[in-house]
Amino acid sequence: MNDPTWLVPLPVVVPLFGAGLALALYRKPRAQRLISVIALSLVLAASATLLVLADGGPLVIDVGGWAAPVGIDLVADRLSALMLTISSAVTLAVLLYSLAEGDADGDEAAPVSIYHPTYLVLTAGVANAFLSGDLFNIYVGFEILLAASYVLLTLGGTGERIRAGSIYVVVALLSSALFLISIAMIYAATGTVNLAQLAVRLPEIDPGVRLVLQIMLLVAFGIKAAIFPLSAWLPDSYPTAPAPVTAVFAGLLTKVGVYAIIRTQTLLFPEGRLDDVLMWAALATMIIGILGAVAQDDIKRLLSFTLVSHIGYMIFGIALSTTMGWTASIYYVAHHITVQTALFLVVGLIERRGGTTSLDRLGGLAKLAPVLAILFFIPAMNLSGIPPLSGFLGKVGLLQAGVQLGTPLAYTLVVGGVVTSLLTLYALVKAWNKAFWQTPPAELPDTRLPGGMIGPTAALVGLGLALTFAGGPLYAYTERAADALKDRSPYIDAVLPDGERGAGESANVVSDESTTDLETPAPEVTP
Amino acid sequence: MIDMSPNIVLVVVIGVLFTVGVYLLLERSLSRVLIGVILIGNGANLLFLIAGGAAGKPPIVGDAPVSEMSDPLPQAMVLTAIVITLGMTAFLMAMAYRSWQLHRHDEVQDDVEDRRIARLAAIDEHAFTDRDTEDAGETLDDEAAETRDETDEVLRGAEAPASEGAGPADADGDAGSANPEERP
Repeated sequence: MNDPTWLVPLPVVVPLFGAGLALALYRKPRAQRLISVIALSLVLAASATLLVLADGGPLVIDVGGWAAPVGIDLVADRLSALMLTISSAVTLAVLLYSLAEGDADGDEAAPVSIYHPTYLVLTAGVANAFLSGDLFNIYVGFEILLAASYVLLTLGGTGERIRAGSIYVVVALLSSALFLISIAMIYAATGTVNLAQLAVRLPEIDPGVRLVLQIMLLVAFGIKAAIFPLSAWLPDSYPTAPAPVTAVFAGLLTKVGVYAIIRTQTLLFPEGRLDDVLMWAALATMIIGILGAVAQDDIKRLLSFTLVSHIGYMIFGIALSTTMGWTASIYYVAHHITVQTALFLVVGLIERRGGTTSLDRLGGLAKLAPVLAILFFIPAMNLSGIPPLSGFLGKVGLLQAGVQLGTPLAYTLVVGGVVTSLLTLYALVKAWNKAFWQTPPAELPDTRLPGGMIGPTAALVGLGLALTFAGGPLYAYTERAADALKDRSPYIDAVLPDGERGAGESANVVSDESTTDLETPAPEVTP
Repeated sequence: MIDMSPNIVLVVVIGVLFTVGVYLLLERSLSRVLIGVILIGNGANLLFLIAGGAAGKPPIVGDAPVSEMSDPLPQAMVLTAIVITLGMTAFLMAMAYRSWQLHRHDEVQDDVEDRRIARLAAIDEHAFTDRDTEDAGETLDDEAAETRDETDEVLRGAEAPASEGAGPADADGDAGSANPEERP
């Protein structure tokens, strides 16, 4: 128990185990709820502990005792642990919200028996993608979370959800196929899929091949992260799902793609040959995304477009390839997960109170539901980057990093970032005026919002504020994370302590090939 | 050391699978898309086989010299990928069937909301109708004429009950004509 690495697989194993248990107990909704809440609370506790422990250096576990390049390893470094903590806090809040919603609607409204196991599988997939130190295992993590997301998106199988879902599923399958093909090509070129070993071997292969591999991975992750030319699927599919599902998708799924981009760009392709392309993509994502948001008159779609737009900020930070840029980018991811999820939960409440999400039909909510107004206003201002909130801190960090780099393209991005921020403010203030202050065109239905739904929403809004007040320590933490990413050696050394094999079962096996050659399982027989 | 020169037959097969798969993926019908996904998935699996090098002896320690064994790792990955593709195919089929149940076809449809917004933009229509802004008139002059403050009210009260909208305009006109005479 003194060795804390046993904590590392918990965020994956506990929800998977819980999912199995919840599925087995599908006749007992009460037990299912209890299992889900307990599992996700455990995950949150484990992730928070990892967050503290990983600050001392990456925690590595070789799964099943098989040494790293042959077996699969899970790595919790600062970046993974931070993503994990934020995402498990968000998933727990959304789960509590959906439980309260189920209580209010009566359980007949949704097939809850399948909701809980799927939701747990989704969190397991997200955790697996964050923790994995192996490219193929990241693929498996992606597939786990995507499979769960297909089910959640088409929950109930209504016409509208099947329509939106089919586009989502086909696009996701395409990106998975691309990812799989790039893994096969990477294996053919280097003979390994272990991230740490890839970091050692990739610089030794032909630069042209390396560029192709980098492009393929970027395209595969770019679809998941919804970077501009690959983002059209998102605003169509997300708004049709139930409110809590949309919230957790908006918060987490695109960020898993962003995380994968950060991880591969920093660890595998540190020379940053595609940075200029990424910068243009970031600019296009920001501007075109936010222009889409300005045109919308449905608040859910408006938020989906701001989601696409703000992915651009994170890509901007990654493309700067400086410690400052990465620091700001990681902070921005943490900020954006909480704020975007909180906003979608609030929109769920608005839909409940006003009976619609169309800004044409809403109105006067400020008088009817003042608490709701506050809950919307804070994250909305946070998202558009009003000082002193965390959105402002993240944006300032990014702009500073851009100015520090000082190339014309970086300055263009800085200007683009400011314009996007202003347009975000415009779009959200428009929504604010329409939904909360205009004279309602028609009498709104008289319903009460259940306190159980307001509670988790308020908690998430509070978490967004906490990111502001803890801005100093958190920013220092992301800076240390970015430093480690820049250095690369802490990660590689932690996974492969002697430069060849991790700690584990096959550590005593002597490889008869030099490490630069192809991977051959070359065990000398030791009877 | 495994022979890494790829098998030309496999390469050609992969090329064909990807080409046909991409073509089918671009179709509207979900069942064709499904077949496309399967073909691309199989192409990727074959690619893994090539990535592992030429076939060799079974990779069981003690059965064959290490240098003649085939690489077991890509095969393990292919197995995983096959299972995943199987699951996804099943889901996609269920979705196509559900779509057929609901709509009597399994076509991937357009984004309705997006079309609506685009149509509004095309006819240059507002996305919103602002119900609580007070539009007084057609042009800026009309609005200016309608907007009055207390001094206007006083003036209007003092003057004879002239026609409503013309009052302030007349007053302006009078002032404009009166001023040049007073200046010299």
